[in-house]
Amino acid sequence: MATMVKLQRKINGIKEESFNRNRVAEENRRKEHKAALLIQSWFRGCRVRAYLRHLQRKATTIQKIWRGYLGRMYFRRMVKTAYFIMKMNFYNVMAVRIQKRWRAYYVRKYVHNYYALKQYLEGLTMTNEIVRRELEEFAVIKSREQEKTALESGERKKDYLARKMHYLVSTEQIAGVFNSPYKLFPDEMEFRLRGAKPLSPKASRSRKNGTEGIVETSAPRTPFALPQIEHLPPIPKKKQQGPFRDPTEVLLQRYKPLEPTLRVATSITSVEEAREELKRKEWGSQVNDELFHHFSNANKSRRHELMLHTSSKFGHVDYGTKHFREENPEKLKGKKDFKRVFTTVQVFDKFGKMYSSAGKAV
Amino acid sequence: MSQRQLLQVFEQYQRARTSFVQTIAELSTRPQNIETLQNAGVMSLLRPLLLDVVPTIQQTAALALGRLANYNDNLAEAIVKGDILPQLVYSLAEQNRFYKKAAAFVLRAVAKHSPELAQAVVDCGALDALVISLEEFDPGVKEAAAWALGYIARHNGELSQAVVDAGAIPLLVLCIQEPEVALKRIAASALSDISKHSPELAQTVVDAGAIAHLSQMILNPDAKLKRQVFSALSQISKHSVDLAEMVVEAEIFPAVLTCLKDPDEYVKKNVATLIREITKHTPELSQLIVNAGGVAAVIDYIGDSRGNVRLPGIMMLGYVAAHSENLAMAVIVSKGVPQLAICLSEEPEDHIKAATAWSLGQIGRHTPEHARAVAVANVLPRLLSLYMESESSEDLQVKAKKALKSILQKCTYLPALEPLLHEAPPNILKHVVGQFSKVLPHDSKARRLFVTSGGLRKIQEIKSEPGSVLQGYINSINNCYPEEIVRYYSPGYSDTLLERVDHYQPVM
Repeated sequence: MATMVKLQRKINGIKEESFNRNRVAEENRRKEHKAALLIQSWFRGCRVRAYLRHLQRKATTIQKIWRGYLGRMYFRRMVKTAYFIMKMNFYNVMAVRIQKRWRAYYVRKYVHNYYALKQYLEGLTMTNEIVRRELEEFAVIKSREQEKTALESGERKKDYLARKMHYLVSTEQIAGVFNSPYKLFPDEMEFRLRGAKPLSPKASRSRKNGTEGIVETSAPRTPFALPQIEHLPPIPKKKQQGPFRDPTEVLLQRYKPLEPTLRVATSITSVEEAREELKRKEWGSQVNDELFHHFSNANKSRRHELMLHTSSKFGHVDYGTKHFREENPEKLKGKKDFKRVFTTVQVFDKFGKMYSSAGKAV
Repeated sequence: MSQRQLLQVFEQYQRARTSFVQTIAELSTRPQNIETLQNAGVMSLLRPLLLDVVPTIQQTAALALGRLANYNDNLAEAIVKGDILPQLVYSLAEQNRFYKKAAAFVLRAVAKHSPELAQAVVDCGALDALVISLEEFDPGVKEAAAWALGYIARHNGELSQAVVDAGAIPLLVLCIQEPEVALKRIAASALSDISKHSPELAQTVVDAGAIAHLSQMILNPDAKLKRQVFSALSQISKHSVDLAEMVVEAEIFPAVLTCLKDPDEYVKKNVATLIREITKHTPELSQLIVNAGGVAAVIDYIGDSRGNVRLPGIMMLGYVAAHSENLAMAVIVSKGVPQLAICLSEEPEDHIKAATAWSLGQIGRHTPEHARAVAVANVLPRLLSLYMESESSEDLQVKAKKALKSILQKCTYLPALEPLLHEAPPNILKHVVGQFSKVLPHDSKARRLFVTSGGLRKIQEIKSEPGSVLQGYINSINNCYPEEIVRYYSPGYSDTLLERVDHYQPVM
């Protein structure tokens, strides 16, 4: 019983106690809750961080390996291109050497061929000489012709003058102007005068007028032309008495030349003659008398004849190809051949084979 | 009055008219009468006589008018103003051949003075009438018509185009084939006047087939005809490469070279002009002419002629040498340079000297060989003196300077450069010294000669700004010699030596 009373006494106390304790616990709940949360979160955080660190390390490893792989691949590619460039440079240098030699040869032989130019200039000098000589001859001929024509026209003028002044010829009684008694021989004009035929008045009048042709003088004259010198009437010929025709007419008719028509004038055999003529002309203009027979070579099996130019031993002179450059084959013996191939790089043989069996590449 | 007396009045009048017109025609042949005639009012008197009943009076009046118009352009203008031209053009179509000749003569006399008068002639419709007259039978009428057309076309391109549009060219080409020499001459001269203005006109003339006929007449004995033929061919070929090639394809070379020895001066000049116009265009054409021996013929021609007629030959050599160095070498080998040197010293006229200087420059500018060939002919001092003379024209000075510079830049022939060293002005001296500085470092004999001839002394006397190109050259020359010699030849050396004497302590 005592315990029950104690307990009953404690009940109130318990109530209060529990209430106090609840209250305290309630008061501290928040705090403790928060603290517990904090601890738990911190711990979780640590755990996660540890996990992340772990992940990070793994990721770094993967990346490290991968970057190493990439870098090595890139390096290999760089080496390959560098090798390629080196090879190409070498080839280019060698090609330039070949081109240099070829261009020097080509230019000296074909473009600025010194010997051809020299020959050309020598030929040109000779041509010039020939041209100069011919032109001089031509000039000499021309000047001689000119002199001749000048001389001839001078002579003609003097003769014409002599004919006009024939009255100045000397006679027995009076010595003419050109026949001076104080000189041994008469002047050359005197001789001309002696040999000249006197000029008739009609001939002296028919001299060329400068404006001839521009004015029509042969037009039917006006009945009132300018007064002209009166001609003497012509001496009439004695006409025959009787019903006779004019003798000139008769003679014209009597001695009229034959004017055959075209039909009469052509010969009977003119067609045959014309044919002969044509044949002769054609025969003369032909080069080859044989008739051309089509397809006549089909049955003849003839050997093919080579061109003279290249085949016979008197063919064209090998200018420049054989002796333009000297060849000494003896000097070339013993020399090593020209290296055409560049040395290989062994690294590339092993490309793709250095890795695991999974990384097998061709 | 009886009928007979009436008719006698008319007879007298006709006689008076005839004698008047014939006397006027004769008086107008003498130039001193024409002033008086003009003052007496002869134009207004002649004009109604053109319409006279009697054909002889008409023709003589036209002849007189033509002679008056021929004399000077005032009278020609008076004819134009007096409205005489339409009447003439009308009767050109209608009347007989004598009147046609006279009318064509008047038209030609009017048109020859100036482009305006020729335009006035064209405006009257003369071209159609003249072209119709070209189809006549009488060669005199054709000649007069062709002459008038030629004078019209001579002035400028538009008038030539008008003549071509009237359809004159095929008829002119037909005229060239006629047997009369005078007609051929005039037709060739008309074609030459038409084709000289522009390439299109020349092409029209060529399309009518003129070249073949012109080239057939090259060896005709008549000198005046040859003048016109060559003039026509050169006017055609001067415009373009194609035209020049067509002229060359007519196979005129080498026959044309014989005409370079013709006695007539103007034939030779026109042949040289033709060759020059052909060589001007391309190296291939020049090569053709060189291969035919043309260069030698032209050089002989230059040697034989004097004065203005030499000019086309000189220019031809310049054009040939300008194309390439092989052609320039061909000119040198044909002995062109001595001939050009003679021209340069002989000729009095400036424009010929300028052309010679230009040609020499073209020859010598290619390589040292060429420059040496030119320098050996003693041309450089002459070019220098031409450049320096104040009385040379500006054109001559410019050309002489250019030629001198271009030759000097390639010249390595030192004996020819020495005289230039003493006389040249600074801008030329620069080049001369430059050439010395290029040659002297490599040639010991030349160095010795340079010293003994006084060149080194002259070099030291040259004043130039430090840092200029000339100074650079002078330094490089001085570096070829030991220092004592350079100091010996420097100006004022004797003074410095004497100063040393002043300061010297005698050794007892």
